[in-house]
Formats: sequence, C-alpha cells, structure tokens
Amino acid sequence: MLRKTMAVAAIAVASLAVAGTAHARDQIRVVGSSTVYPFTTAVAEQFGKTGKFKTPVVESTGTGGGFKLFCGGVGPDHPDISDASRAIKASEIENCAKNGVSEIVEIKIGYDGIVLAAAKRAKHIDVTRQQLFLALAKEVPVNGKLVENPYVTWNQIDPKLPTQKIEVLGPPPTSGTRDAFIELVFEHAAESFPELKELKKTDEKAFKKAYSSIREDGGYIEAGENDNLIVQKLDANPNAFGIFGYSFLEQNEDKIQGSMVDGVAPTFDDIASGKYAVSRPLYIYVKKAHVGQIPGIKEFLAEYSSEKSWGKTGYLADKGLIPLADGERKEWATKATSLVTLTK
Amino acid sequence: MTETTQMARLGAVRPTAEIVAARLKRRHNAERRFRAVGLGAVLLALGFLGILLFTIVGNGITAFVQTYVRIDVTFDSALLGIEGDTGPDALAAANYQAIIKQSLYRTFPEAKTRAEQRQLGAMVSSGADIDLRKMLTADPSLLGQTRSLWLLADDDIDMAVKGHIPRQQGIAGNRLSDNELRWLSELESRGAVETRFNTLLWSSGDSREPELAGLWGAVVGSIFSLVITLLVSFPLGVATSVYLEEFAPKNRWTDLIEVNINNLAAVPSVVFGLLGLAVFLNILGMPRSAPLVGGLVLALICLPTIIIAARAAMKAVPPSIREAAAGLGASKLQVVTDHVLPLSMPGILTGTILGMAHALGETAPLLMIGMVAFIVDIPATPLDPAAVLPVQVYLWADSPERAFVERTSAAIMVLLLFLALMNLSAILLRKKFERRW
Repeated sequence: MLRKTMAVAAIAVASLAVAGTAHARDQIRVVGSSTVYPFTTAVAEQFGKTGKFKTPVVESTGTGGGFKLFCGGVGPDHPDISDASRAIKASEIENCAKNGVSEIVEIKIGYDGIVLAAAKRAKHIDVTRQQLFLALAKEVPVNGKLVENPYVTWNQIDPKLPTQKIEVLGPPPTSGTRDAFIELVFEHAAESFPELKELKKTDEKAFKKAYSSIREDGGYIEAGENDNLIVQKLDANPNAFGIFGYSFLEQNEDKIQGSMVDGVAPTFDDIASGKYAVSRPLYIYVKKAHVGQIPGIKEFLAEYSSEKSWGKTGYLADKGLIPLADGERKEWATKATSLVTLTK
Repeated sequence: MTETTQMARLGAVRPTAEIVAARLKRRHNAERRFRAVGLGAVLLALGFLGILLFTIVGNGITAFVQTYVRIDVTFDSALLGIEGDTGPDALAAANYQAIIKQSLYRTFPEAKTRAEQRQLGAMVSSGADIDLRKMLTADPSLLGQTRSLWLLADDDIDMAVKGHIPRQQGIAGNRLSDNELRWLSELESRGAVETRFNTLLWSSGDSREPELAGLWGAVVGSIFSLVITLLVSFPLGVATSVYLEEFAPKNRWTDLIEVNINNLAAVPSVVFGLLGLAVFLNILGMPRSAPLVGGLVLALICLPTIIIAARAAMKAVPPSIREAAAGLGASKLQVVTDHVLPLSMPGILTGTILGMAHALGETAPLLMIGMVAFIVDIPATPLDPAAVLPVQVYLWADSPERAFVERTSAAIMVLLLFLALMNLSAILLRKKFERRW
C-alpha cells in the first residue's frame, strides 16, 4: 500500500511540473473592489448563461489590491479586468506602464451611495456633513483649537439632534467604503471649519491627517467588512447608526432606514441625480492588450454596458447599482464598445 | 499562614480525632468544589456549542427547502421567437423569460401598468427559464401547448413564504410590494405555492441569485483540494518522520529540524498563502484560483501536524519489536516497512485526518492564491478555477441579499457535517487498528 501511495505521489509531483508551464486561458478573469463585486458577478453570471463563453471568474481583492494584480503585466497569468470604487491613480497608471500594461480602457459603470442608516424604529435624523465630522473625527475644532473629540451625545453637537450616545458602526481602515466616506464627508466638512482651512494653507500633510483620523474612543465602532452584521446590529440597537453601501440599505429597507445627510435622504433617485452628497462613481478597467487574446472580453463589455444590465431598470439596478444618467450611459457604452484607452 | 497558627492554637484544646475529621471535611469540600468547577467548565462549553449549533441550524434549516409557484405556461412559438425553426440550436436560444412573463400576466390580468408588470415578472426567478428550456429541448412537441408547471420562485417570494420577510401589507420599505404580497396570497389560496427540497443547493455552483446559488462547485473544489493535499502531504510527512525517527543521527542538525517543524505547526496559515503566491504562482506559473495550488498550500499547512503525529506514533512502537525483527535478520528498512510503519499506521492516519480536517476549514491562505472568488462553473479538473466550502460561507455571508443569510448557515452546516465525518473516521480508524502492548 505504501509503495502505491508513493507512486501516486510521484505522479502528482510530475503533474505539477506540467501545470507549471504557462497555459492558455479561455476564461475572463476579473479582480478588484468588493463594492463593484456584486455588480460584476451579476454581469458575469448573465454572460455565462448565454453559453458561448465560460463564466468569468471574479475575485474580490479591494480596489488597490486589484490594480496591483491588474498592473502586474500582460499575458494569461494576469487578470483582464479590474473593478474599482474610485478612479485609477496616476501612480497606478505608471506602475501599469512599467510592466507593459500601457493601454487601459476605463468604463464608468454607475454610482454607489454611502449611507448612514439606523433601525427603522429609531428616530429619523437629518445631519449635515459638518455634524458628522464633529461626531466622528478624532480631533475637532473647538474655540479655534483642535482638541480630542469631546462630544459624547448627538445633542451636544446640535440641540436639534437626538439626546443619545454617539454610536456609529462602520468599516475598518482596509475598506474602500471608509476611504470614500472620509473623502466625501470628512474632507469636505473639514474645509468648512476656519481652523482646519488655515491648517490646509500652512501644512497640507497635517490637514490631511486631521481630517482622515476617525475617533478611537468608542464613538466609532469598527464592525469588520461584513455589512450584513452591521444591519443585524442596527436592528437590535435603535441607538446605533451604521455606515455602508446603498445596496445593503436597499435590501433591508424593512429593517433599517437611511438618515438624511445635508437634508437629502439616500434614495435611488436622489443618488442617481447627484443630489445626495455622499456618493461615488464606480469603474471597471480593461486591459486592451487582452482583447482578442482572451475570448469573450468584447462580448462581456457589451453585456456590461447594455441597457438590460446597467440601464435604469436593468438587473444591476436591482442589485443596488445607481445607474448613470441617460446621456452619460450612452457615452460610456460607446467608449466600452470602441475600447477608448486612457490618456494621461 | 494565619490559618496554620489558628489551627495550632485550636489543636491545643481539641482532641486529635476532631481535628482530623475537620481537615478531612475541608479536603472533601475542596475536592467537591474542584469537581463542580470542572463540570461547570464542561457545561459552559457545551452550552456555547449548543447556542452556536442552535443559531446555525435555526437560521439555516429553511435553506434546504425552496419555494416553487405553479403557473400555467403556454409554449407560444411566436413569443419564444422560434417560428418555423425547431432545431436544437433555436430551442436553446429561445426567449423562455418571455413566455414565463406572459403566463404571469395572464394569471393576474389586473397588473396593467409597466411598473406592476415588472413586479409581477419578478415573482419568478430569473433562472426558471432553464427548466423550461430543458423541457422543450427534451420534448419539442410541447410547442403551442399549455402546461401547468411548478416554477422556481424569486428569492424575495421565497423569504416571504418562509417568514423572513413580513407578510403584512402597507409596510414602508418592504422588499415585496403590496401587489406582490396580494398575488402571493392569491397563489397560496389556489394551492399554487409549494416548498420542496432544495436540489439546486446541492447541484449548482455559485450564483448572485440566492435561489439559484448552490454548493456543489465548492464541494467539488474542496474534494479536489483535499485529494491533492493528501497525495502530497501524506507521503512527504510519513517519509520525513520515518527518516527523522528511525534513520537520522541525533545531532544538533536534527534537533534544529525538529524545533523548526514544531514551530511551523504554529505559523499563521495566511503566511503559507503568501508562500504559495510567491512560489507556486509567481515562480512556477501555476494557474490562479486552481484547487491544485490550493491543495499544495494546504499540504504545507498539514505537513507539520502529520509529521508530529507520525513521529509520536512511531515512538510508541516498543523497541522490543524492532530488536526482535533485527534479531531475526531483518534489515533496517525491513524493520521499518514491515513492522514499525504498520504498527504506527493508526496513529499516523489519525494525525493525517485531523490535519486534513484543519485544511478543510481554511480560507485565509486561499485568499492569496485567488480562490476567494465568484466562480459559477463546476470545476472539472484540479486546474479549473474553484472555490472551497469555507470560502463559499465567507462570500455568502458578505452578500447583501436577505436570502443569503439562511444559505450561509446552510453552507456552514454542510461544512460542519464534512468535518464531523472526517473526525468520526479518525476515531473509527483508531478504534479499529489500535494495539496495546
């Protein structure tokens, strides 16, 4: 029996050597943002159902991790498409170019709203971005000076807000949602405080540090990347608020409600029209060099940019994607079909 | 200290028997307390296990059934878009969604506006057309006929039937509109709603539609990975331990190796994933997301466990057996293959199975080599992309759709079942082959 096992092991090891040689790939590979993941997977599944091509494999690596893999090089060992919950950075384009990935097609697929939500039975609140900053930043301006966040209850910030403890469940630092929240809420709010504005002029770095630090004294609770868990916790605790993507609000609107930010509630229409302030565009990036090499990329992009997927009543809207405006959609669809590459 | 002086003082006045009796009582009490604490610890652990299992089973048990609705479906060739041509290609490409929608509109003619018709169309799963395609391809004579068919319901309808979505009308923000709830009640009153055993959960791969999502792809991926793990780690582990235990000289080098093997057993598994990424993917150029690579990485994780268990098992073989064999003229190799290995096999196998059970539950190292991914197609070979069971749990737990909550628990139950089976086989093997000297 031992001899047999040894023989099988030898075969296994030999097969590794065979597998080691580069292989052609007949399946699209997508990496990147966990925010875009639910949408790209939905398109991938529809695309696979037509039966002409294999269903693309979609990995959720985070936007930054996705670009790292995407920019790794050209060839079947590297992914074809990268999902991103922000636009590609100049440094990432450079890194791509260094590895021979010079032609990148950018496609904006829609918007994602970041919501501040609470249990349905909790009091409905309307906060401004400045108030959110005061409630959640590590250091806030008080009487002209930056001090450790002194606010414990919401009504200390504004008497109109409820008399309850500040308790917000949100994503950890590794999350793109948190980056976007800091950029869209904190950075914007910080500039409206004269103390911080002054700091921006004198010391840009210190300003960035001041607005991008979230308090660590218990007012903001890192709840991990699992947004379903936040929803369950909100449902159990009417005093708590949670921060997550709009798709989780949409799927759970019988349990939780979105709070108004700057007087606008996070509804499908108001995020789409840009009235709701805390929203960001979502993108996919395609390696042009792989089109024609890996079968189906063109067809996949055609499926992604078709009205039945990213249109107003398409299946991506059902998954919580906020579609682009009609004109914008047409423009990006043309870019997707004609593979317009990024220029620096 | 104070206690002993007190006792000494008491001893001066009390007779010895009384002191002994008191001390005995105290010792008995101490023992009773110790036992109670021990029992309490066991009960607490069992209680937590009970809560864990109770919540998982409570959440997940409903995922093993799936709601179907009965609709009269007409195979209208005009709607299917296959007028005249009934070849297999045309039948495969036909628009089955259209006839499902049409049949729904006919069942509930009060849905007139586009918005209402959209709601109505969404009551049946977007995957229900697959069944119709299969039916018509098998029997093209159905064209033009009307059949009363059970169609897969949408996940929201399924959740409402199972009681996870409120059924009262007029709740703002409910996933189901009042119209849909009314239609559902009407279907129920006609006896056209049924829950059946969820076969898709066992036969299909991952999907973004909860009602279509299945575990089979992950199960196959897990099996492929574990077979590779076994093929690599078992021979390597046994060979290593035979050499270290029976042949290697005891010197500083072998001591160093031994210490390192013990250390490896404690290295966080994600480190092995990074190693796999660097060696197997980047240097050897193996495919991403493949169970082959996953199995190799998991084999690295298993190896220390197997080596440690195998060495312990070989150490337990009495030296008299080795000496007797050697005395009868057996070579060192013969002693090992004919006596030591067979006698230590139960221990080695137990260690191997426990190591494999550990490997079955790993996700962290697989993240690095791209196995945490959305993969629909069922892998046919260990080189095809595949997920494994714990990865499927992780991915579903993170999906926004409500129906994935129960499916996550169901996947956990399946994973636990596999683990229990593996541990059970370890116990049985040990029971069957164990020898006492």
